[in-house]
Amino acid sequence: MTAPVLDLRARPSWRSVKDRLMTGLMIAAVAIVLVPLAAVLSSLIARGGGIVLAAFPDFFTEEIPRFSRRAGPGMGPAVVGTLLVTAAATAMAVPLGVLGAVYLHEYGGRGRLARLVRFMATVMTGVPSIVMGLFVYLLWTIRFGFSAFGGALALACLMLPVVIGASEQMLRLVPGHLREASYALGATKSRTILTVVLPAALPGIVSGCLLAVARAAGETAPLLFAVGAAKAFNWSVLHDANTALSMQIFGNAMDVPAAQDRAWGAALTLVLLTFLLTLTARLVTGRFARRR
Amino acid sequence: MEPAIAIPTSTPTPTRPPHVAPVLPERRSAPSLDAPAVFDLEDVEIYYGAFRAVRGVSMKIYEHQITAFIGPSGCGKTTVLRAFNRMHDTTPGARVAGKLRYHGVDLYAPEVSATEVRRRIGMVFQKPNPFPKSIYDNIAFGPRINGVSDRTRLDEIVERSLRSAALWDEVKDRLDRSALGLSGGQQQRLCIARTIAVEPEVVLMDEPCSALDPIATARIEELMRELKSRFTIVIVTHNMQQAARTSDRTAFFTAELDSKTDQRTGTLVEYDATARLFSNPRDERTENYITGRFG
Amino acid sequence: MQLSELRGSPQHADRAFRWLATGAAGVVLVVLALIAITMTDRARPVLERMGLGFFTETTWSVPTGTFGALGFIYGTLYTAVIAIALAVPVSFGVALFVTQAAPRWLRRPLVYTIDLLAVVPSVVFGLWGLLVMGPALGLHGSYATAGIILAIMITPIITSLSREVIETTPTTDKEAALALGATRWEMISAAVWPHSRAGLVGAVMLGLGRAMGETIAATLVIGNTVHVTANPLAPGYSMPTVIANEFGEAEPLHKSALIALAVTLFLITIAVNLVASWIVQRQARRSAGR
Repeated sequence: MTAPVLDLRARPSWRSVKDRLMTGLMIAAVAIVLVPLAAVLSSLIARGGGIVLAAFPDFFTEEIPRFSRRAGPGMGPAVVGTLLVTAAATAMAVPLGVLGAVYLHEYGGRGRLARLVRFMATVMTGVPSIVMGLFVYLLWTIRFGFSAFGGALALACLMLPVVIGASEQMLRLVPGHLREASYALGATKSRTILTVVLPAALPGIVSGCLLAVARAAGETAPLLFAVGAAKAFNWSVLHDANTALSMQIFGNAMDVPAAQDRAWGAALTLVLLTFLLTLTARLVTGRFARRR
Repeated sequence: MEPAIAIPTSTPTPTRPPHVAPVLPERRSAPSLDAPAVFDLEDVEIYYGAFRAVRGVSMKIYEHQITAFIGPSGCGKTTVLRAFNRMHDTTPGARVAGKLRYHGVDLYAPEVSATEVRRRIGMVFQKPNPFPKSIYDNIAFGPRINGVSDRTRLDEIVERSLRSAALWDEVKDRLDRSALGLSGGQQQRLCIARTIAVEPEVVLMDEPCSALDPIATARIEELMRELKSRFTIVIVTHNMQQAARTSDRTAFFTAELDSKTDQRTGTLVEYDATARLFSNPRDERTENYITGRFG
Repeated sequence: MQLSELRGSPQHADRAFRWLATGAAGVVLVVLALIAITMTDRARPVLERMGLGFFTETTWSVPTGTFGALGFIYGTLYTAVIAIALAVPVSFGVALFVTQAAPRWLRRPLVYTIDLLAVVPSVVFGLWGLLVMGPALGLHGSYATAGIILAIMITPIITSLSREVIETTPTTDKEAALALGATRWEMISAAVWPHSRAGLVGAVMLGLGRAMGETIAATLVIGNTVHVTANPLAPGYSMPTVIANEFGEAEPLHKSALIALAVTLFLITIAVNLVASWIVQRQARRSAGR
């Protein structure tokens, strides 16, 4: 029996053309996003790689040339400065942020103070970095002069709400029955938090903090009016002007070509640093997810 | 059998696939096997990745009948139903093996377009899922994407579909209000109206009454009986009595534990005229399920 | 058993810990209060001198002590608008692709890679924009250059938030559209779009807030000239960039003016961010309730 057969093939029609067109646009959008990423990375490697690799450790061990017209390395003081400022900021922001999150989730709950703090923390994440820089200038630099610590203060203020938000999220994921088991054994609340809850949330908190540190390391504006512009190594956190990779990039960008080369080298270093921190954070999250 | 090169239709409106002489509405007690087979399944198996969810299903679904799939949870009845309109395409890793023919055409042949299939084989879901649009726009959605833009025609189609779904009188004065404002039973009838607005040949129903109260359920069952003369209906139901009340033929599925893989695979146990399956089942498992000894 | 046996020892350490945690949370309030107080205090001199003219005049002249911020406010808004106009279609396209059209195996790597764009520090984008992209496109310091760089920088966050919003679309609605024979694009416009619309607005506004507050990248490529014009190729100026450029060596009144600019910027971005957060949270609550 050969009844007339029905045709289920895709019909050429405006609908299928439109569908394919839209999918094409979506793919184009993805390509558009990837192009700048690839372009920036290749510029960094091409223009920064040269000066970093030529005479290898010199870029990190030499001081910044006093006369910017002089070609060649290095950016050592900037690397040291970035590390100092970021480490000091982390040392202030992380304990305060984690403890603050502990208050919000374990003690405050939905109380008035907790809701106010949460709201203000959201407000604080929206503070433009330059505003934070001016604030620290008015509070610290005017009285105590330039130092790495001033920059660290500004960065810590930027990091604090981020650490609080990420940590509170992680604390929320710790199941209630873990806490109850600890209470049932007679442990106090503070002991429970310190020995049971925080260790359980630790990988997520670490990952969140690493991301905050990565962002802080790349910041420029908060440091502009607090850190100064040293060209020699300064290992002291509290005394005397210092510098940072981000500030050097900013300062050298509109300078002579020799200085611009150093800026590219500093940019490559900074990007490698932030990428490293981010990748570590993602690895930690990955292992955390698998463990649960 | 490969799909032969067909005569493409040139009309922009949805057309029904050509079929043989119209069949008279069947009486429930003796569904004729002379009715043309709409679907012909030959050893159909459905996999999710490496897991075999359903095995060895062979059956024919007949035109203008209500066919019910019954069985305990996890026996694969919904899985088989969703194979009829290529819904497994949306699940990554899902695979349909064996032959599933619709009027002789293999639905899973590479040249077959899922969109075309779904225009002819519609589906009503377990939980009513109207779009967050007006009642009118919900019904008009299908015809609009099929090219109908003339307002008069759309009005006709909307009214006809809502009447067929026994919903017209309740909503005719508020067609431009949101469909989400209707009650559960009304929303499900709206979904039925939306499905038949494109004039499919088959309407698949996946436990359409499980989220509804008994009164709304009764109205839907009554609707199914009316619609049978225009469509072919396949319904998955948890409710044996519903199957016994409404369907012409019933297929009983069950899940078997595969000793090798420790997984439960669904399989078709028995498929027969409803009256006969319920009064005189051939398989012991069917009898156990019907008499409530398990499931 | 005596009652005294059940009384337990005084919980000094436990209470101390609680106060410590409370204090840490309170630091947020203290810092914000300090910011508000010190900055408005230092902004007062210029506002007393200029009155409302601070916001309505465009003349910014250090020697005569006239400080009109309108040019910078305009520049901030203009570059942000350019950035949003460029970033939003691209971000939506990427978000839709990742959630609806991309093959499973591609999703995570793609998201990871796009998120890397958010990791690159803004000063590096500024350097690249100034020395590579600008010359390559024939653009020099201008609103357009700044707008493009800002667009690149805010795309990851708009994409990421849009993705989250789109993923809350109920599967059953998508299936309903497909079951009626809709193509993927028809399904997106019928089921995904109505559900996501509000949340996507919130995502865009958060991107807007970020674009307005972004300082360093813009400073390097904006052109540093006050220019109230609709011509995107003209050099321009904005609030954060003028602060970055001029604060270092400013006199007290000048500094006061720059601080007043900072406060203005702060208030605008806070307002935008709050509205955006409210919208996004409302969308999240509504979808969860379904």
